[in-house]
Amino acid sequence: MAGMTDTHVPATLAEFRDEFLELPEPDRLELLLEFANELPSVSDEIASHPEMCERVAECQSPVYIYVEVEGGVVAMHAMAPPEAPTTRGFASILVQGLTGLTVDEVLAVPNDYPQSIGLTRLVSPLRIGGMTGMLMRAKRQVEAKR
Amino acid sequence: MAVDHDTSSAKFAEYAAPGRLVSTEWLAANLGTPGLVVVESDEDVLLYETGHIPGAVKVDWHTELNDPVVRDYVDGEGFAELMSRKGISRDDTVVIYGDKNNWWAAYALWVFSLFGHEDVRLLDGGRDRWIAEGREITTEKTERAATDYPVVERDDSVLRAYKDDVLAFIGKGPLIDVRSPEEYNGERTPAPAYPEEGSLRAGHIPTAQSVPWGRAVAEDGGFKTRAELEEIYRDGAGIKDGDDIIAYCRIGERSSHTWFVLQHLLGFENVRNYDGSWTEWGSAVRVPIVSGSEPGSL
Repeated sequence: MAGMTDTHVPATLAEFRDEFLELPEPDRLELLLEFANELPSVSDEIASHPEMCERVAECQSPVYIYVEVEGGVVAMHAMAPPEAPTTRGFASILVQGLTGLTVDEVLAVPNDYPQSIGLTRLVSPLRIGGMTGMLMRAKRQVEAKR
Repeated sequence: MAVDHDTSSAKFAEYAAPGRLVSTEWLAANLGTPGLVVVESDEDVLLYETGHIPGAVKVDWHTELNDPVVRDYVDGEGFAELMSRKGISRDDTVVIYGDKNNWWAAYALWVFSLFGHEDVRLLDGGRDRWIAEGREITTEKTERAATDYPVVERDDSVLRAYKDDVLAFIGKGPLIDVRSPEEYNGERTPAPAYPEEGSLRAGHIPTAQSVPWGRAVAEDGGFKTRAELEEIYRDGAGIKDGDDIIAYCRIGERSSHTWFVLQHLLGFENVRNYDGSWTEWGSAVRVPIVSGSEPGSL
């Protein structure tokens, strides 16, 4: 089991990070928009039961996350409105990057991952804080449901 | 060459400076007019990319209008560089619109005004109204030829208040706190959805009246009529002709919206925006703070 200080960036999140960093800065926002457009819709069950979800208060726009743990494997879901594409983009990176990982792999994701993907200057540190909040809440849910 | 004002609206005609607003109809009819540049300014840094008014350029409040290091706006050279890059000339008419009832559009307009850009207007109803009316939006990139915008030093003395100005101002004129009642009372430090813009103490600046910014917004998302605004700010908050006024919020964006109302729609002549606002005041050492629903005194 990974200790509190052992961090490791899992393969999918590492790949996303590298995709951002390989692009010249102005093009990175477009990649974030692609992620926003790819955010999977949640199942009807989750959509119709908002009480199952946790509001991410760190984000400026309403975003809700729901994390399932089954057989030690994590699935993350998120809902955010179309008029909040930045938030949707952040959620999409985490939903795609965390789903399918084991509990220990999710807990080992470094808390500063959002600062590592080359967007801080483009979207502002304040906005990146929203993604950090989302990651921390997802990890806390995983910890609680393991 | 300034573009003609929108004189089609009876509501606008009542305002002190009717030319500071344009309607969606007017803008749709005037897109492409030489000397007119449309600017979108949103809270969400990607919203413009999902679709914008044809020909509009984006100006982001955080990454473009703010200095990246010091908590301040860009300087004269920075603004000139930004304007040149966006294809805006000093004598262009700039119409700004955005999300959230034009919070950030009003904030951008206020920053343009610090640099004395003469003709800056808001689109009444903002981005939401344009889209709700089914008007054209595009994801096509706007290409505008770079301009030669002059370097004009920012003048903070007229429209902007610093913390020390506010300290000296308490008791000398109306202070308007435009945040939510919970923030004003001190029950909550950050705005409901903005915990990362926190401060160490909660409450309001002594003597400040609570007039949440959204009271100036009508049900249709545009500004309320002049008569309705007079009732809120003159009868309600007791502002009188000749008063010096300072408005503040959390970081200065919602109070730019109120500043716009007081300055341009109601015509008060000495209105300043304290952009340091609660994120500065609520963390500053030994400044006076009042909690509860009463304005309080020094």
